[in-house]
Amino acid sequence: MSGPASFAELLAAALIVLGAGFALVGSWGLVRLPSLMERLHGPTKASTLGMGAMLVASVVWFQLGEGEWTTHELLISVFLFVTAPISANMIAKVHLHRLRTGEASGGASEPAGPAGSPAPPPGSADWATHEAPHQGTPGDFAGD
Amino acid sequence: MTMSVLEGALAFGFAALGFALAMNLWRLVKGPGVTDRILALDTMVINTIGLIVLSGIAGGSGTAFEAALLLAMVGFVGTVAYAKFLLRGDIIE
Repeated sequence: MSGPASFAELLAAALIVLGAGFALVGSWGLVRLPSLMERLHGPTKASTLGMGAMLVASVVWFQLGEGEWTTHELLISVFLFVTAPISANMIAKVHLHRLRTGEASGGASEPAGPAGSPAPPPGSADWATHEAPHQGTPGDFAGD
Repeated sequence: MTMSVLEGALAFGFAALGFALAMNLWRLVKGPGVTDRILALDTMVINTIGLIVLSGIAGGSGTAFEAALLLAMVGFVGTVAYAKFLLRGDIIE
């Protein structure tokens, strides 16, 4: 496959490098950032964008290189884009719950990030965890 | 032996994703909290989907994508199940 590179090959190669670079930076953020709320930013944003670039590279390669349309990649991409915020939200809620019940970080104290500790919800409301949501809890549509 | 542009990009991608998986594994072992471990597992699933997609491009076959789609679904369900168990003490109420 040597010789002058085709346009499809160059585009696919650029997208693969971009996507893998984003995945690498996201995982580096997971290692490097000081607190969990900040660590959530790395993988949930960068890995999803990196995965999107790699899946588009696959679509481009199979379409322009071999002349067949494949749509599985777009399905994976849409599924990841829909589920990544949901799992990030669930992890953040677990973190808030464990902060409140004093079980966070396995006893080791974690340095507070630049943003500080997460603020409590307004009024007498509380985050929905073990108990049913209190009146006025954000996201509790039945009680609004 | 000369490497084509795509082969070079694939080699970079495999190396980058492997290194990313190693860093996720470090976070999975180190913790410090259970939430960090859930996040590390979630990221490992996403990086593994990337590896499967890259190997699908390298192998020139479309059969790898069903595996990637399955892994995306199972990884999401697993993450939500861990989080629900820690939040509510039960997975399906």
